[in-house]
Amino acid sequence: MAVETERSGSRRSPRRGSRSFFPAPSWPCLLVLLILLVTSAHAISQAGNGAGYSVAGRIKFDGISSKGSGLHTKKSNVKIILNGGQRVTFARHNGYFSFHNVPAGTHLIEVSAMGFLFSPVRVDISARNPGKIQAVLTENRRALSELILEPLREEQYYEVREPFSIMSLVKSPMGLMMGFMLVVVFVMPKLVENMDPEEIRRAQEEMRSQGVPSFSNLLSGQAQR
Amino acid sequence: MIYTGKSTVYNKHPSRFWCRDLEAFRKFRTKLHFFSTSVSVFHLPRMFSWFPLDDLYQQYIGKVKHAIFHAQKAGRRRVVVATEENVIASLDLRRGELFWRHVLGENDSVDQIDIALGKYVITLSSGSILRTWNLPDGQMVWESFLQVSASSMSLFFVPASIEVGTDQQIFVSAGGCLHAVSSIDGEVIWKREFTDSLEIQKLFQTPYGDITAIGFSSSSQIDIYQLSAKNGDILVHKSASFPGGFSREASFVSGDVFVTLDATRYILVLVNLNGGEIRFHQTHISDLAEGYSGTAAILPQKFTGMFALELDSLIMLMKVESGRDLEIIEKIPHPASISDSLFLANGQQAFAMVKHEETNNILKESINLDSQRGSVQKVFLNNYVKTDKSHGFRALVVMEDHSLLLVQQGEIVWSREDGLASIIASTTSELPVEKGVSVAKVEHSIFEWIKGHLLKVKGTLMLANAEDLAAIQRMRLKSFEKTKMTRDHNGFRKLLVVLTRAGKVLALHTGDGRIVWSLLLSPLHSSDSCQHLIPVDIYQWQVPHHHAMDENPSVLVISRCGLHSDAPGVISIVDSYSGKVFSSSKLSHSVLQVMPLPLTDSTEQRLHIIIDDNKKAHLYPRTPESINIFRPELPNTYWYSVEAVKGAIKGYSFRGNCIDTDEDDYCFDTRELWSIIFPSDSEKITGATTRKYNEVRFIIVHIQNMLFVATVSPRAAGNIGSATPEEAYLVVYLIDAVTGRIIHRVTHLGAQGPIHAVVSENWVVYHYFNLRAHKYEMSVVEVNDQSRQDNKSIWKLLLGKHNLTSPVSAFSQPEVTVKSQSYFFTHSVKTMAVTSTAKGITSKQLLIGTIGDQVLALDKRYLDPRRTPDPSPSEREEGIIPLTDSLPIIPQSYVTHSLQVEGLRGIATMPAKLESTSLVFAYGVDLFFTRVAPSRTYDSLTEDFSYALLLITIVVLVASIFVTWALSEKKELEEKWR
Repeated sequence: MAVETERSGSRRSPRRGSRSFFPAPSWPCLLVLLILLVTSAHAISQAGNGAGYSVAGRIKFDGISSKGSGLHTKKSNVKIILNGGQRVTFARHNGYFSFHNVPAGTHLIEVSAMGFLFSPVRVDISARNPGKIQAVLTENRRALSELILEPLREEQYYEVREPFSIMSLVKSPMGLMMGFMLVVVFVMPKLVENMDPEEIRRAQEEMRSQGVPSFSNLLSGQAQR
Repeated sequence: MIYTGKSTVYNKHPSRFWCRDLEAFRKFRTKLHFFSTSVSVFHLPRMFSWFPLDDLYQQYIGKVKHAIFHAQKAGRRRVVVATEENVIASLDLRRGELFWRHVLGENDSVDQIDIALGKYVITLSSGSILRTWNLPDGQMVWESFLQVSASSMSLFFVPASIEVGTDQQIFVSAGGCLHAVSSIDGEVIWKREFTDSLEIQKLFQTPYGDITAIGFSSSSQIDIYQLSAKNGDILVHKSASFPGGFSREASFVSGDVFVTLDATRYILVLVNLNGGEIRFHQTHISDLAEGYSGTAAILPQKFTGMFALELDSLIMLMKVESGRDLEIIEKIPHPASISDSLFLANGQQAFAMVKHEETNNILKESINLDSQRGSVQKVFLNNYVKTDKSHGFRALVVMEDHSLLLVQQGEIVWSREDGLASIIASTTSELPVEKGVSVAKVEHSIFEWIKGHLLKVKGTLMLANAEDLAAIQRMRLKSFEKTKMTRDHNGFRKLLVVLTRAGKVLALHTGDGRIVWSLLLSPLHSSDSCQHLIPVDIYQWQVPHHHAMDENPSVLVISRCGLHSDAPGVISIVDSYSGKVFSSSKLSHSVLQVMPLPLTDSTEQRLHIIIDDNKKAHLYPRTPESINIFRPELPNTYWYSVEAVKGAIKGYSFRGNCIDTDEDDYCFDTRELWSIIFPSDSEKITGATTRKYNEVRFIIVHIQNMLFVATVSPRAAGNIGSATPEEAYLVVYLIDAVTGRIIHRVTHLGAQGPIHAVVSENWVVYHYFNLRAHKYEMSVVEVNDQSRQDNKSIWKLLLGKHNLTSPVSAFSQPEVTVKSQSYFFTHSVKTMAVTSTAKGITSKQLLIGTIGDQVLALDKRYLDPRRTPDPSPSEREEGIIPLTDSLPIIPQSYVTHSLQVEGLRGIATMPAKLESTSLVFAYGVDLFFTRVAPSRTYDSLTEDFSYALLLITIVVLVASIFVTWALSEKKELEEKWR
């Protein structure tokens, strides 16, 4: 388990580094959120009557730039789903959410937020020693010490249209056809010029003797024999 | 280009291609696929998103059950509603558009909503969850879960506090407890438990700040508690019992007087709490309404000084004078709908009352309603002050078809077709064929035509005024390719005919989603004494293709006349173009199952078999011709039933006509052929599915009627988290539905439902939860026929040395090989479907409705059981992807892109005329329609194909031909001179 954590940590570090190349993004609200973060997010607490437990956690978007996806993600519509739709709750403005009266056992929490991919989380609530929980991201088997859910990645639902360029025109089948034609028209005579004049004459004589129809004859359809 | 040509040849001559065997053909098809991908390399920069403009997306909320107006003086006027689809939404009062919307969980129904402090919406749902939402943007502020032991009627009360910003308390009564909840963070400040059976009917605050709770604690006892608002201490407790018992519905006339009915509902009981004592006054209903002997009901609407009593045929409005005397104000004949009353500034009160013929209200407003909306179900009233200081009213009206109207000054300001949030079945219909522009038609409208052109000229010369511009816009929209009411060449434009839970049939144009026609079913059957018309399903009835071309296509709507499954059925046949009802009748039998047969009569009406609860089959249409068509097919027709409760699957065949019913040629007896019974203590049926009846297949499938059945262990029948891996298992059966033979059986240990499956061609894909890995899994099972294994060689196929033409029989029991594989999948799944194309040649995509209400298109190639970690070169050539343990989720392959089909319930696919394209209709609370091309659009040019470039190329080529011709001639001449 420790190795897993280590690996995922090292995988994330270059990504962080690369982001610093971008100009400072202007998403103050998210930063404010970060500052407001109260780090001691209690993940579980036993409810009063002992019938069920409360599972509380937090959705954190601050690790991800809001570039591009900010257009279609309304933070107010983040849904947290327990056990495939058994219960649905919503994240508050600071990202906190909670499920109440959850029986002991193994549960699955999923997050639905447009523009982000979240890994489902396996939550084990121990019946024997109350208050003890384990939370594991099922996608990369990373254990969570606190129930703070971060998106695995941003999702771009549209492929980015490439800007118009001459190269795309040239690369298209028609462009290739035209390019080939130009090569034949302009480069081939050059090749012929570089040939030995003797040889050209010989070839021309040969052609004349064989009566190969010339291009103009082909078009006009008059066979000169 | 070459490929395009090739594929059209196959389309035109499918019969020439009799090598329709799976193994041989798959190779060929994957080659086609590869070719198409290699072609598309050139187009890579262009495939950004498939058809973003052609998507149809509409947002709905469902049938409104609670509405609260928020019409402050400044800012936008809005109404907050809660619906039966568990949606909370804020609507613009001017136009009916959505400001925000939240879809709660499936079993989280909203009990009550209110607005507090002018900027928060408070909702109480499933009896114990109190949530506060920010009114402007819909962000959830807090959520509070109240610990209740028993679920019962729950309500909350927000005191009207004058100072804003103080810590206000919200008092919630739920499950025999009274909670005081802080309005700032949702913390429970205090909790007072009463006896378990106390059902609080009313909560209010006395002028001194104490809280009074009034409720019934047993069938004959009334309890009144007065509590301190600060800590919940009981200050006063009074109770009194009434010997006759109560019906437990109450209407409060004032703070200390309320009315209720006795247990028999014959006696009206007026309860007066004034002066610290509880006094009862009884009045017989028969005294109030002379000669009336039935029971009564008290309407739950809130009035002051009055209450409404509903008798069988009329509603009585009664006033209570001096705490005990009853006075009848108004008798309103049925049907009528009444809103809560509103207080006006000068001490008057107003309420809305909707009646269908005449209104004798004080302020009379009559509006003309569309007859297809049915009767009024609910009214919510709101007032505003006009410029001349008089009161104006606006009313939010919920209709029988679940649509929502805002009525103001006798006019419908806006309407929303919210019945579309509860679609239960859908089908499609082709649009009419475009007829050539006839001379007569042009002459008829030649003036219009000239006028239109003049307008266009005006528009281009910037001379048009606003009105003209609007007219031009309308004309453009009309002639706009996408929204035409005619059939297009590619078959992309269609009519979606949907059936909603309210019993309304609507036809939607796929181009812009407009409603072409709508039809409410219940008025059709009002004469049949049909109390509850429950819509069941919709089928294509007549699809004219070759014959009867002058007739319009029609759909068959099946409904049930009553709540139980043994209630008699009702069928209606509706014209798909106009919504006209051709015929509608109440059946003498019930509807258990409907089977469209692969047979049509001479007018291309499809034959349907309806099975009733006595296992008798009834043939429709009831014509002698259909009998003659069906009779030869009788021995070859089978059906099966899945009885999930009994844990049994049974197969039936048809016998001759019914014996016990006299002289009914259209009724057939059925005989049980086989049955599979699962032991109830070890296996429980959770899902059964089969192929779509109208699936077009390009390959011969030997198990024609493959039935997929999944059972789980009884311990694991609940939700995830209810079972441990040791006690859970999932067993999957593939059954030949004709013979009852189990083709394949596989057990997944440590797995549980919910199971979603899709069956197509020769494969099944199903989705379930793996408890050991604690991840969702998807498995694929492919069934191949061993006897045709040696048909692989192309030469044999060409020389005719194959056994493909030998007849296929379900009883021959061919040797089958079954291959299967499982993969992890990240998301929960709500529904699954598979694309369908016109000829079934194009490779398939699975359409997965995820828990986030998106639709993901997943190539079937990822779910190929032949995937290996290291495929051989020949396998790679066939398009086999190296094995991975989980299925990839590529964000670009979401067909819904950045949209969410909230409350997704179903995905329907239908073929377009173009082989490469399949149409997808996803429905839930929202509607979404798009088209997908699983192997790219190999048979048509892309939308952004540059015709200009093509033209330029041709022109340049022709010009260069002439130039070189001239040059060549000149050169030849020179040569000749030499």
